[in-house]
Amino acid sequence: MLVSELKEKLGLEYVHQASDVQVSDCYIGDMLSVVMSNAPEGAVWLTVQTNINITAVSVLAGIACVVVVEGMEPDVNTVLKAKEQDVNILKTEKSAYSLAKEISKLL
Amino acid sequence: MKYFCDLHIHTALSPCADADMTPNNIVNMASLCGLDIIAVCDHNSIGNVEATIAAARHLPLCVVPGMELETSEEVHFVCLFETLEAAREFDLWLTPYKPTVKNRPDIFGEQQYLNENDELVGYEENLLVSACGVSIYDVKKKIDTLPAVIIPAHIDRDSYSIISNLGFVPDDLGFTTVEISSNISVEEAIERFPHIEAYNIITDSDSHYLGTIYERENPIELIAPTAKELVRTLKYTCK
Repeated sequence: MLVSELKEKLGLEYVHQASDVQVSDCYIGDMLSVVMSNAPEGAVWLTVQTNINITAVSVLAGIACVVVVEGMEPDVNTVLKAKEQDVNILKTEKSAYSLAKEISKLL
Repeated sequence: MKYFCDLHIHTALSPCADADMTPNNIVNMASLCGLDIIAVCDHNSIGNVEATIAAARHLPLCVVPGMELETSEEVHFVCLFETLEAAREFDLWLTPYKPTVKNRPDIFGEQQYLNENDELVGYEENLLVSACGVSIYDVKKKIDTLPAVIIPAHIDRDSYSIISNLGFVPDDLGFTTVEISSNISVEEAIERFPHIEAYNIITDSDSHYLGTIYERENPIELIAPTAKELVRTLKYTCK
């Protein structure tokens, strides 16, 4: 499923829309050092982190898209970096758990 | 006597810092700003500390050996050392816990080792901006054995701060000093986080660019402008 399709089906909002890529897995994590090492490539990554490093970590781990959950707002610098690095960032008011339940029905 | 300080300045070794953050540029800018004491604090490393101390040798500026440590809780701490030897001992102890993810300069930036002439002498290959595999509880025990002080960094920030990650400054860790960022005043910080009033509160620039190094604005009361006096004051003086 493409990021754009996931976005439509889950009612997410783009913070930065980058290249539309396939989503093949889901990962939940807020400790960037752990995400860096363990997130599977092609995952939709659910996190409350909003700092600039989520973009860098996404590129490093080959994340398909980041969804910032619980109504958190990505920093301005994060969005600028996402543009630079072509990283999809979306957001939602929902919690990671409730979003993950929906994602598990789709993937 | 009051001495004007900026105790959290990155060099080009930190991947997020500008390439202009060379030993000579930093000490010269700090001197132009009228500072008495600065500390070099790169992420998880003391690699450019000695070069920066040497670059300041003819200046009326004290350069304190430092490090911005990221513990397993992903919290940043400013570590300040009385001597380079103490910094080296801590760095050696920390080494097995340092992250082993390789840096991607295209993503994170370059991590440059520089000498006292600002010449590039090498690159750090392992990513410095990641968590060490050691908790603040174990780090504090080690620092307590050294002529050094550990200070929760930029506690007002939304990320990488002890308050953002742990919810508050745990009172069982025995900190004496906390650091706030340039985004907030001491009064605002106490209003937002009343429990920090018990600590010495210092403010530093966390400079990644030359232009953000503090002017002569933030004094600390010390007997003398030396690393030893600074560390002892921040470590042992309580409110």
